[in-house]
Amino acid sequence: MSEVLLEARRIGKRFGGVQALKDVSLTIKRGEIYGLIGPNGAGKTTLFNVFTGLYPRDSGEVLFAGSPLSLASPHSVAAAGIARTFQNIRLFGNMTAQENVMVGRHVRTRAGVFGAILRTRAERAEEAGIRRRAAELLHYVGIADRADDLARHLSYGDQRRLEIARALATDPKLLALDEPAAGMNATETAALRCLIEGLRKDGLTVLLIEHDVKLVMGLCDRVAVLDYGEKIAEDAPDAVRANPKVIEAYLGTDH
Amino acid sequence: MKTTRSGVSEKANACESRRYAVAKSHRERVGLVLVAVALMALPFVLASAGTAWVRITNFAVLFVLLSLGLNIVVGFAGLLDLGYIAFYAVGAYVYALLASPHFGLHLPFWIILPIGAAVACLAGIVLGAPTLRLRGDYLAIVTLGFGEIVRIFMNNLSSPVNLTNGPKGINRIDPFQIGPLKFSASDTFGSLIFSGPIKYYYFLLLVLLAVIVINRRLQDSRIGRAWVAIREDEIAAKAGGINTRNIKLLAFAMGASFGGIAGGMFAAIQGFVSPESFILNESIMVLAMVVLGGMGNIWGVIAGAALLSFVPELLRYTVEPAQRALFGKLLVDPEVLRMLVFGLALVLTMRFRPAGLWPETRHRRELNEGRV
Repeated sequence: MSEVLLEARRIGKRFGGVQALKDVSLTIKRGEIYGLIGPNGAGKTTLFNVFTGLYPRDSGEVLFAGSPLSLASPHSVAAAGIARTFQNIRLFGNMTAQENVMVGRHVRTRAGVFGAILRTRAERAEEAGIRRRAAELLHYVGIADRADDLARHLSYGDQRRLEIARALATDPKLLALDEPAAGMNATETAALRCLIEGLRKDGLTVLLIEHDVKLVMGLCDRVAVLDYGEKIAEDAPDAVRANPKVIEAYLGTDH
Repeated sequence: MKTTRSGVSEKANACESRRYAVAKSHRERVGLVLVAVALMALPFVLASAGTAWVRITNFAVLFVLLSLGLNIVVGFAGLLDLGYIAFYAVGAYVYALLASPHFGLHLPFWIILPIGAAVACLAGIVLGAPTLRLRGDYLAIVTLGFGEIVRIFMNNLSSPVNLTNGPKGINRIDPFQIGPLKFSASDTFGSLIFSGPIKYYYFLLLVLLAVIVINRRLQDSRIGRAWVAIREDEIAAKAGGINTRNIKLLAFAMGASFGGIAGGMFAAIQGFVSPESFILNESIMVLAMVVLGGMGNIWGVIAGAALLSFVPELLRYTVEPAQRALFGKLLVDPEVLRMLVFGLALVLTMRFRPAGLWPETRHRRELNEGRV
């Protein structure tokens, strides 16, 4: 098993006249927390959307777990083992927390219409498995007591957790979190940090976009910095912090 | 710390909900038995008021079936379909062509109904495949167009090859027949007279039961959850690993199949089909039943369909005598009043119960939350 989980080679993406991503290459190693930072509009979320198949890329390729990743459709990316959360939380608001996580199991289960109508033994066993796994995951992220509440009635922090649980339900190899701490208070951020560290301890690879520099620097093994669609640095957090190009991107030239 | 707290409350909750579930299931069972008995006895009660009422009931059940089919598309998957009646038409014409003197074919109904469902299902896929990239209003417009295209085809496919007999429609369609039991004639068992419509009623009831069971099971399944997920947030559903195109297509195909079966039974009961039965108004009527009853909730949809089928008929039979008794003459034509009351009912529903008379549990739960 190779050490590299995801390798992006010269990814390019253009929206009309805006070059959102320009030849971005990066490698994410197994078991690490990889941070992606950059000023607003640097292309972080665009890169995310390319990795998860929501946007078609214009150029470049992505190798995932040793084989080329088809980025044709989001669901095949999910099937390959990349799960994500969204910057602005996207839950199924009128479904319960438990059901939200159960939807996440879709890609790892098989039952079709006939299984459901006939309630075959296989379908019932699978359904019980889905339910069990969903309960486990809710417990794992710490919102087991909210299982039967509608997702939209959960507190902001719990919604973030639920989104992570739903992503985990797809059995990902790589979990991509898009600004998970956005809008959280200090206590919630600390709890989130514990959760992400727990994920790493359990062997998951995490790709993290975050504005909270303290969180990124404290959590990540390596950090890449994007600016105007280009990668300007990729290194350990301390080295990135000292990188003059990064300082320039964040603070301007005359500092 | 968090786990201990939640662990305790979880246990308490489980206990509470189990007790609640037992009480509920017991009450539910008694309720179901009562409803079953009432439904079994219904046609004989109605027959005493005239066979016409049994027929009206049969058509009401057909509309309930249609609404349940459309509910899969609109209620579960959230795809607005304004041409649903086209699948009803397809089912009806398949039955008419395979069991009438038109082509001289007289296949038994238990062969034709599945064929009708399959052909309608195919029509659903043909409509769905190219259009499901569209959403909301755009999808509604395309489906509306599809519904009209199907009707116009049926109107015009009388030459050069006479397939549908055009606007004249197809006549003398075979009624159902199971062995010696003909659905067109009356049979007497003891003192009970089983007229044709009464036999159809029981058959429809059986089909309805099957459709309800299928709907409920689908709703609580992997596929049903995927439908609701797409309705709630398509992008999140996609990113969560759902092949949204296929799952939406499946919703269309399932809905269409139910429409096809209902159409076949309609042709047999009516004994006659023509394009006129499948106009846009009918599509809108079925949609109104789904919305009025409560999108997504099977029982709400049934209630909505029953209400919108019966109330106009009741008005038809009561308005004229009432006016004559009160004013001595007919002031408002019953037909006019029907539409007036219908419109008023829809406006009032939208004003006071926007989620429908009997909304989906998810919505209802959230409305009641303050009180619990």
